[in-house]
Amino acid sequence: MKKFTNTGNKDTRSGFGAGMTELGKKNPNVVALCADLTGSLKMDEFQKNHPERFFQVGIAEANMMGIAAGLTIGGKIPFTGTFANFSTGRVYDQIRQSIAYSGKNVKICASHAGVTLGEDGATHQILEDIGLMKMLPGMTVINPCDYNQTKAATLAVAEHKGPVYLRFGRPSVANFTPEDQSFEIGKAVQLTEGNDVTIIATGHLVWEAIQAAETLEKEGIQAEIINIHTIKPLDNKAILNSVKKTGCIVTAEEHNFLGGLGESVARVLAENHPTPQEFVATQDTFGESGTPAQLMEKYGLNADAIIKAVKKVLKRK
Amino acid sequence: MTDINQLEKLVIQVRRDILRQVHKVNSGHPGGSLGCTEFFVALYNVLMEHDNDFNMDGKGEDLFFLSNGHISPVFYSVLARSGYFPVEELRTFRHLDSRLQGHPTTHEGLPGIRVASGSLGQGISVAIGAALSKKLNNDSKLIYTLCGDGELQEGQNWEAIMYAAGNKVDNLIVTIDYNGQQIDGSTDTVLPLGNLTAKLEAFGWDVLTLKEGNNLEAVIKTMQEAKSKTGNGKPVVVIMHTVMGNGVDFMMHTHAWHGKAPNDEQLETALAQNPETLGDY
Repeated sequence: MKKFTNTGNKDTRSGFGAGMTELGKKNPNVVALCADLTGSLKMDEFQKNHPERFFQVGIAEANMMGIAAGLTIGGKIPFTGTFANFSTGRVYDQIRQSIAYSGKNVKICASHAGVTLGEDGATHQILEDIGLMKMLPGMTVINPCDYNQTKAATLAVAEHKGPVYLRFGRPSVANFTPEDQSFEIGKAVQLTEGNDVTIIATGHLVWEAIQAAETLEKEGIQAEIINIHTIKPLDNKAILNSVKKTGCIVTAEEHNFLGGLGESVARVLAENHPTPQEFVATQDTFGESGTPAQLMEKYGLNADAIIKAVKKVLKRK
Repeated sequence: MTDINQLEKLVIQVRRDILRQVHKVNSGHPGGSLGCTEFFVALYNVLMEHDNDFNMDGKGEDLFFLSNGHISPVFYSVLARSGYFPVEELRTFRHLDSRLQGHPTTHEGLPGIRVASGSLGQGISVAIGAALSKKLNNDSKLIYTLCGDGELQEGQNWEAIMYAAGNKVDNLIVTIDYNGQQIDGSTDTVLPLGNLTAKLEAFGWDVLTLKEGNNLEAVIKTMQEAKSKTGNGKPVVVIMHTVMGNGVDFMMHTHAWHGKAPNDEQLETALAQNPETLGDY
């Protein structure tokens, strides 16, 4: 199978920060808002370079979402920054009415998504955000997999007209996608070719899927990995083309299996091409304190969990 | 249109529009709408420099945001009678496939609406955003917003009130419809607002009190004063005392008509108290 090289671990939030720095230079309409987490979101550089276009709103996320909606009137492109938990559940109604229903061009940028924020524990580890955001009509939902892709996604959403939820994380993870990749919203990226099983992964689980596929290859199982960075709109065609060939599928995400990528994929399959599917995701539970690696293992979100799911789904073919 | 007699006629005609809209669909919110009729007439005919050839970005014009979206009947009537859309369209209020949704929205593209409202407490934040956008664009025009008094029970308002003062958002005039009523009763019985003037001053706002919010000339005078206070480093708020249901005797001084439409007989009585002036739609 095709080999992927980790050019050095980096956090995806820093990819976002690098994207913001670049956007600040090239697009004068881009403005940024942050709710007292500038360092955590890696927005410091943007703040330093463009103080007039950076709005520190304090610990007041509801107000931040409203201000962002208002800033679009007059042509600004606001990027809000806080943790995923405070970017979604805490402010769902503000996003629903003032941004989504009002069709405002706001980019909701959410760091520390999933269990991998680690030791802070379940109050800060949202595993429901993809579900919340994909249910909003007109909302685009993006969950890039590494530093380079998060930077590319940040640049791409500025060009997209309409509300976007951009999800990324805290831990340093493998950086393996090309540095100067083009990022097409809604277009899946096929990473490997294989005839035995399709693995559809998003976010931090993409690298785990690659690790899993390498192990499986040694056992003679050829996995076709698809990196779904855009959960909505979903690239139905890429998914269907692959399962027509492989006949079974595993979805992998750092999110509750209720409401996540897996459910979106299951709907596409049920409607078009019923296929055995296994879900690598959290099982309707909250997280807890621990290191990212410990949590990924305990909650079944790593390469081992993907391998198990592949073996299970192969038997159902 | 600045002739005061003509504006008084418009106030009466807008009241008729409000009553006829809600009566036709047997739903909607006449009480707060009637209480704010003079304010809306003053805003769109005297106070704001605005372009009824609607453009969402609204560069170079004053902009208005309605936070308490349930008083859509008065908003729709005044927008229509200011030329934003045909007055006849008021017939479609709350109907299927209408641009005049129960609560205002941009979703169906109704000219004059810049954000959806209805879920309370969000308007001041949006208005601040629009005010910041104006500053970034070196646009010296103003942002107006109206919110209800009961609506101030929503916490987001206080985040916004703290932000606007702390960041000197001084191209913003918030008006509070201070009618003392909300769905379950008076604001004093549901959740007292306390000394609103002292609270807003403590937050760092320039606070004006408009005692006669249903006196058109008084509204114009105080709002002009509010305009003169902009640009001085402080956001400006007008606490506008109004009577819910103003202009229809049996709807006044009670929360009963917050969200209830008159029946045929009640409509007839209400309209008789507000004889046609500029022509019904």
